[in-house]
Amino acid sequence: MPGILRIAFRLLVNDRAKFAALLVGITFAVFLMIEMTSLFSGILSRSSATVINIGASIWVMDPAVQTVANSIPLPDYVLDEVRSIPGVKYAVPLYSGAALLKLRDGTYQSASVLGLDDTSLFGRPMLVAGNIQDIFAENAFIAVKDSEFYKLQNPKIGTEFELNDHRGVIVGIAEVASSGLFGTPTLYTTYSRALQYIPNTRFTISYLLVEPKTAGDVASIKRQVANSGYLALTKDEFIEKIANFYKYQTGIGTNMLLMTLISFVIGLSISGQTFYTFILENLDKFGALKAIGAKGRELISMILFQATFVALTGYGIGVGLCSLLIWIARLYLPDYAAIITYVNLFLAFAMVTVIAAISSYVGVRKVLTIEPFDIFRG
Amino acid sequence: MPKTAIQAVGLSKWFGEGEARTDAVRDLSLEAYFGEMLYVVGPSGSGKTTMLSMISGILRPNAGTVKIEEREIWSLSNDELADFRLHKIGFVFQDYHLFPRLTTAENVAIPLILQNRDWDEAIKEAALNLEIVGLKSRTELPPVKLSGGEQQRVAIARAIVSRPDILILDEPTASLDGDTGRSIVGFVRAHILSEQRCIVIVTHDSRIYEFADRILKMEDGRIMAVERGELDAQ
Repeated sequence: MPGILRIAFRLLVNDRAKFAALLVGITFAVFLMIEMTSLFSGILSRSSATVINIGASIWVMDPAVQTVANSIPLPDYVLDEVRSIPGVKYAVPLYSGAALLKLRDGTYQSASVLGLDDTSLFGRPMLVAGNIQDIFAENAFIAVKDSEFYKLQNPKIGTEFELNDHRGVIVGIAEVASSGLFGTPTLYTTYSRALQYIPNTRFTISYLLVEPKTAGDVASIKRQVANSGYLALTKDEFIEKIANFYKYQTGIGTNMLLMTLISFVIGLSISGQTFYTFILENLDKFGALKAIGAKGRELISMILFQATFVALTGYGIGVGLCSLLIWIARLYLPDYAAIITYVNLFLAFAMVTVIAAISSYVGVRKVLTIEPFDIFRG
Repeated sequence: MPKTAIQAVGLSKWFGEGEARTDAVRDLSLEAYFGEMLYVVGPSGSGKTTMLSMISGILRPNAGTVKIEEREIWSLSNDELADFRLHKIGFVFQDYHLFPRLTTAENVAIPLILQNRDWDEAIKEAALNLEIVGLKSRTELPPVKLSGGEQQRVAIARAIVSRPDILILDEPTASLDGDTGRSIVGFVRAHILSEQRCIVIVTHDSRIYEFADRILKMEDGRIMAVERGELDAQ
């Protein structure tokens, strides 16, 4: 490390009170920013859980659908129409609905029920217990072992329950990539059994799951589905549509954005103010350095180094603390929805960079305006 | 004939414009020589500090020239001037301006570090200079743990660590009691002044006049008199 930066480092860390205040400011801001954005990412991820877990390339739906949980049933002929589109390798129906279960001890528990195409079982989850063929057995359901699993009283294969006065039996336990947002356990069964057990409207298909023959066919499939008055979205487009709904039409996004901005302002206030005081307290010393022979760029490098060091250290501690909190929270709160993504990390890093840049800009301006002559004048 | 260290000709400096203009230094010329301890004395507002700043390459004059070792310093660029100060001039400021968060050795090593010398080598050199000023045992202490006289010695060690030809001391005894002030300046005279070095001291303190080779008396931005040492005897 160049000597001038070593001096800057020692000036910074040896002033323990200010160094601690700077670190607390940045750490606190990073912690809050990452916590807020991670919660939002967690919510967005869970809101698209069904789309992620089913994994179909193209989803066909009513154009008015906003989220996967609020499907608008499609008439059966749409399935035939989509299957007839050139470029479609196959298309299968999916039932997505909710049901009220009566568990063995008599308590009621609502659950999400996904009905898979009887022929292909397209979108079936990965079983950790049981055999997928057993889904065709009488009253068969597969329970998903996610954070809501315990709400079914941790069922085993053979565990029975009631669903709309029908007997249900757990024949398999499955794992999925993502848990749902609404805190209800998920059951998989066949499409026909779902229709049989759960009261339905005239139209019964929640979504059509489509696999194109080639990636190049996606555009034409979307166009032809649109011509029929329906909407075909790729998996990523559907996830984005759901995310946009939660971001812009529920207030969750605005609230999270506000909290993130408040965190930024708090971090900027604490760190900016402390750094400015730190510079002010050392201003005469910087002037003395200038008089002795330090060049402007050397003083700038000292301040930038100090700001960068504080920012990176605070960022690291903030990320570590937030990760620790999320880890601990998940130990005790299985439903805790928070995911630290690269985007969250980058966003927090960008904000910390802005905090460091503003703090150091103020410091640099102050230091560059001090005249060594002022040091002589006292 | 002693060799000229500093030659200032026709120096003028004013602050403000129009009716607000204040002339701090007016058409001042002086020479300082190697091996000489030159004092600049005068009442507050007489222009001592302004003159000192101009001859040490810190404050650009409105008129006049300053040559140090035959080199016109105000024709240098800002970076060149900073380099020139770093290698040729040592400063002892009135309030010392030591970094309280660094050790005394680190404070003293600053000019060497600014010269891009290796850190360990600079600290070692600083310790040697602290030994010269009698603070060998204080190298690891922060300046705030030292007395005023000791802090002044640290500032002197910092000023001489890069072996500058010119040493500028601004009110070196202002914060010290009489005995300590005298002993510090006596020490500078005895151990720091040499045939290869010129020392310029701005002071109000008549108790240290005895150490001067020459004394320039300033008033209203001009040199009113040039005296030999022992001015206090008058």
